[in-house]
Amino acid sequence: MWHALIMRVHNAIQLKNPSPSFVGEVVSTNNQGTDMPKNKSRIAEILKAHQDDLAAEWVKNLQATGTGKDSRISESQLREQTKEFLVLLSEAAAVGGDVHSQAWNATVDFLEDVSRSRVQQGFTSEETARFIFSFKQPLFARLRAELAKDHEAFAEETWAATELLDKMGLITIAAFQKTREDLINRQQQEMLELSTPVVKMWDGILALPMIGTLDSARTQIVMESLLQRIVDTGAELAIIDITGVPTVDTLVAQHLLKTVTAIRLMGADCIISGVRPQIAQTIVHLGVDLQGVTTKANLADALSLALKKLGFAVTRTKAAN
Amino acid sequence: MTCAIRMMGGQVMALVKSEELPVRIEQDVVMARQAVRRLSVELKFSLVDQTKMVTAASELARNTVVYGGGGTMRCEVLIDGGKSGLRLTFEDQGPGIPDMSLAMKDGWTSGGGMGMGLSGAKRLVNDFEIVSEVGKGTRVTITRWK
Ligand SMILES: Nc1ncnc2c1ncn2[C@@H]1O[C@H](COP(=O)(O)OP(=O)(O)OP(=O)(O)O)[C@@H](O)[C@H]1O
Ligand SMILES: [Mg+2]
Repeated sequence: MWHALIMRVHNAIQLKNPSPSFVGEVVSTNNQGTDMPKNKSRIAEILKAHQDDLAAEWVKNLQATGTGKDSRISESQLREQTKEFLVLLSEAAAVGGDVHSQAWNATVDFLEDVSRSRVQQGFTSEETARFIFSFKQPLFARLRAELAKDHEAFAEETWAATELLDKMGLITIAAFQKTREDLINRQQQEMLELSTPVVKMWDGILALPMIGTLDSARTQIVMESLLQRIVDTGAELAIIDITGVPTVDTLVAQHLLKTVTAIRLMGADCIISGVRPQIAQTIVHLGVDLQGVTTKANLADALSLALKKLGFAVTRTKAAN
Repeated sequence: MTCAIRMMGGQVMALVKSEELPVRIEQDVVMARQAVRRLSVELKFSLVDQTKMVTAASELARNTVVYGGGGTMRCEVLIDGGKSGLRLTFEDQGPGIPDMSLAMKDGWTSGGGMGMGLSGAKRLVNDFEIVSEVGKGTRVTITRWK
């Protein structure tokens, strides 16, 4: 579905992209006589003349390395992608020049889109890079067949093709990396919002289960949402549970103490739960004074104390079986 | 990973493992804590000792970032006679500490902290060494033996 969309966009780019600029670029390349214009046209020529064969061999190679048999991508998708890439590559190669120049835009865009879709489908960077690198063998075989009699041309073309495909490979990997980084950044932002559930435990009792690293950005949000909920609900007691916080150092302790002070200033009380034995010992050695803050080893103990403080009594009406 | 055998005070001390991590941004403090936890577990430290070492590392790594302007943490696994230990060295090329006894005092901070990091870290480990020179930088070495 998604893929079909990408393909359509690319077809559009391709249609908008034909002759005028293309001719102009070719002429200027030839006029300037930049390095090895002949080579570029040979590769382009070979790509164009043998597109179908090359695509078939490429797909065969991809299948041999596992990508073709993967359930995450269908064989027909793979065929389409290889074909599409060859069309774009032969057009760009005919123009030549640097892969960052305009003539290569469509090819580079296409590769970046392929990388992005691979990330979404859950491929590794290695599997993604294989798309380009498994084209080396078919292309080199074709160059050898075409230039069998001209050793020098063969050597030059092989070098040019290697450089070209390596650049394409790097573009693929860079796009893969970029997509992954964007994903991680987005998830981090989402975590900031997600990780602050304030739970109502009982009438007048709120609990705040903290999980993970208490970096300052997160603690700020956590603290604000707890204080807001205390105002909104008129809660009398808040339990901050740090069972999910692996390390309590001076910075975490300072954040906790600030929160407790703010809660008290609002006329409510606070209990910190989830203070495991190893954390308690470490805090003592660290020398941090929790200034009369009530602490409990687990959330159940904290809740039972909170209920007691508010005048509730929990009784069992039936003996346990 | 490196291996070295060194003579220390007539005793044979072996360095069986050494790794170095950058400590430049807040995120590196998290990475430093995780590395120290992993090594403490490898050394089969008790849960309390693991927590103490990780917490001391967290303090010193954060000082390296906040006051030292970034630096490195080196982790070394040592074998000395029959006992094994974990040594961490935090090093930066920051402004240095002008008054060491003040910095080591409980509750003294030049910033907005609790002023418990250095003195607290010292209490959490077996050996603590701090060397600092104004304008040159600071190096703190801590060791916890099993
Ligand atoms: N690497 C360093 N480079 C320069 N100055 C440092 C360095 N480490 C500590 N200091 C100085 O020593 C002081 C005390 O450090 P310490 O870690 O004990 O407290 P803090 O960082 O201010 O507060 P916290 O209790 O949150 O750690 C700091 O305020 C700072 O001025
Ligand atoms: Mg500190």
